[in-house]
Amino acid sequence: MFALLFIIFGLVAPKSFHYQNIENAFKQASYIGIIAVGMTFVLLTGGIDLSVGSNMYVSAAVAGLVMQHYSISPWFALILCLLVGAVFGVVNAFAVAKLKIMPFVVTLGMMVTGRGVGLMFTKSRAVNFPDSITSLGFAELFGLVPYPIVVFAGVVFCAWLLLERTTLGRQIYAVGFSKEAARKAGVSTDRAIFTAYVLCGIFASLGGFISVAQLGNVNAGFGRGDEFDAIAAAVLGGVSLFGGAGRIFPGVVLGAVFIQAVSISLVSARVDLYLHPLIAAAFIFFAVLIDSLRNMYLAKLSRRNIRVEE
Amino acid sequence: MTEWEIEFDRISKSFFGAPALSEVNFSIEKGKTLGLIGENGAGKSTLMNILGGVFPQDEGTIRLFGKKYSPSCPADATDAGIAFIHQELNLFPNLSVVDNLFIDGFPQIGKSPFIDKSSLQKRAAALLSSVDLNISVRTPVEMLSPGERQLVEIAKALSRDARVLIFDEPTTSLTTTERKHLFNIIKKSQQQDRTIIYISHSLEDVLELSDAIAVLRDGCLVSTGPGREYSVDRMISEMVGRRIEQMYPLRSTTVGSVALLKVEGVSQPGIVRDISFKLHENEVLGIFGLLGSGRSELARIIFGLDSCRAGRISVTEQDITSSSPVESILNSLAFVTENRHQEGLLMEASVCENLALPSLREFTRFGPARILNRSRMLEFSNRIAETLRIKSGPIHKQKVKSLSGGNQQKIVIGKWLLAAPAVLILDEPTRGIDIGAKYEVYGTINKLAEEGIGIMYISSELEELTGMCDRILVMSNGEIRAEFVRPDFDQEKILQAAFSGRAGYKADNG
Repeated sequence: MFALLFIIFGLVAPKSFHYQNIENAFKQASYIGIIAVGMTFVLLTGGIDLSVGSNMYVSAAVAGLVMQHYSISPWFALILCLLVGAVFGVVNAFAVAKLKIMPFVVTLGMMVTGRGVGLMFTKSRAVNFPDSITSLGFAELFGLVPYPIVVFAGVVFCAWLLLERTTLGRQIYAVGFSKEAARKAGVSTDRAIFTAYVLCGIFASLGGFISVAQLGNVNAGFGRGDEFDAIAAAVLGGVSLFGGAGRIFPGVVLGAVFIQAVSISLVSARVDLYLHPLIAAAFIFFAVLIDSLRNMYLAKLSRRNIRVEE
Repeated sequence: MTEWEIEFDRISKSFFGAPALSEVNFSIEKGKTLGLIGENGAGKSTLMNILGGVFPQDEGTIRLFGKKYSPSCPADATDAGIAFIHQELNLFPNLSVVDNLFIDGFPQIGKSPFIDKSSLQKRAAALLSSVDLNISVRTPVEMLSPGERQLVEIAKALSRDARVLIFDEPTTSLTTTERKHLFNIIKKSQQQDRTIIYISHSLEDVLELSDAIAVLRDGCLVSTGPGREYSVDRMISEMVGRRIEQMYPLRSTTVGSVALLKVEGVSQPGIVRDISFKLHENEVLGIFGLLGSGRSELARIIFGLDSCRAGRISVTEQDITSSSPVESILNSLAFVTENRHQEGLLMEASVCENLALPSLREFTRFGPARILNRSRMLEFSNRIAETLRIKSGPIHKQKVKSLSGGNQQKIVIGKWLLAAPAVLILDEPTRGIDIGAKYEVYGTINKLAEEGIGIMYISSELEELTGMCDRILVMSNGEIRAEFVRPDFDQEKILQAAFSGRAGYKADNG
């Protein structure tokens, strides 16, 4: 599917294949990609996290405000930012795993609450970040690879390692298929769910931090709508909204790059600005449709036959 | 002196006041295989679920290897060395074989959290070869056949070094070759001195594999002893037993001559073959078959939930062969599903809403605007609730989920009555409800039959069918094997017909 779409775009907008454009797509995709990686964990357990956008806002705003009032190093600000993100994750995980509230409702609540808390802290004014942060956003490792891409690659690698190469990672897939079956098989479902939501929270705040490093400030609308881009990137990358299926690499990475590539290509192909959301939505719909068709096909396969026809 | 592996001492268990097991007492010798048999609902699964830690017994004690054993969850049972190979397998089809084998603990590289891939591959390959399964360990389980999945589940049990293996109906979805393969594996485990509990309806298989037999009926142990003392005929007669007939109320009408439902030569590859029968007015027609015989699937085809490749189905002379469920309802056919929680009821909605759901169009007004006339809806629903004696608060307020199982089942039946069907298909209408509620459901069925409705009554409880039906068709392997007309109901012959056509059963036995 990806190959097909890239060919279409290649024909419509050949410019999008220039090296600069590809680097741009990766660079801009990195913050959405990092959030999408976190989102993938939650989606794999069969849940969803709508609060990542608000999480980005609150964690970045807290870090920014603390930096304005106390002179702390950018690294300390980053740690603070990730801590706030982790708090989001813990609250979500507690409500989902222990209070057994539906993830959609829990995280929708956190989305609204988080935005409200953020607005209260900032008095809805934009928070500016010092140069020490913004210089990070444009720095390049060995003067070659932009840092956002390096961080993205690191996150992808760690997430891949966790999901594919640890017991806990495989158990997250099992929980996503069926919580009950996982419990019967001796899996600690609470541990899997906590891991997923907390990682999602941390990665969301990390993504927010990277985005801030590129933008230089946090305004009241920061992160709004990014939760849907993250979900779309994960789903485009083959992660099932029903849980239990999908992989970080290459799926989710390509999904995130693809979403950015679509918008860059639309710009370079000079498509009417008002059509962008429509076209992006059409791709997402297409991806979800494929997911649903796959599930229907699986259901058909698992239908039991009674007779053996000779 | 015999060494006992498992000793059940006066185990009792009841669900919501209905006894499922009473004072069950028997023991299993170490390294031997016990065949556990009984009709559906006799208590086999309940007993095994207690042993497997799914739920606790009310009274009595279990001793495992001579020590008192009381698991509080399935993981406790696993730790104690008991592996339960469930009828509906407990695998994750979205994961690979190797993931499934080690899901509760992968081998790790030293003390690091990372999975030791090389030893994983080796151990998984060794496990698969121990069950003679020749597939790549990385195959996703969703690509495997039911037989292969079963072997993976067994391999998983072996990886835990389980001392006791419980097989619950392992052969229902297997082909003949797969079954043979499974038996070889079981025999291999027997040689390795593992204790096995084998539950099956396939009595020939039980005889072939078991050193000892235990027969349960109505939650009580009927007999237990060495396998050589049992024959298929003895097992059937002990499973059926003798019981009183008063449970079933009598009907005041006799079967009419008009055929309401005609099924002619219905076939669907892999599901049913060449099914033909007629259902008359005032008739209660029983369909008996064991789990996996195709009885429920047949009902789904008749109602239009599934398709059929050949044959003709008609209700009151209207052809409904390839009609959708909605068209079937319009053609006076009604279907009370087996699984009332998932398919039959809206648990969160009120009694009234549930009753009126299939016939909402009857309660609309203002012509094409189709606004619901709530008071008329309530009036009719109240009448049904009264007729069926549904015990409930105000029916427009009371939520269905707060009612007892018997009353819920009455609603499932009742909701079709507003639509005044000519033919009613009931699939396991009394499953999971207590004796008193059963009696009321029987009364309801009789009342409907007396009003002229033709009833197709699917059940796996033979007792119930012989008490209620005018005629019983016996299904096995997707075909109708025999027909019995009241009063010539011989439970043993019916059971034999139901067991026929299953792998390993000799046809000349019936």
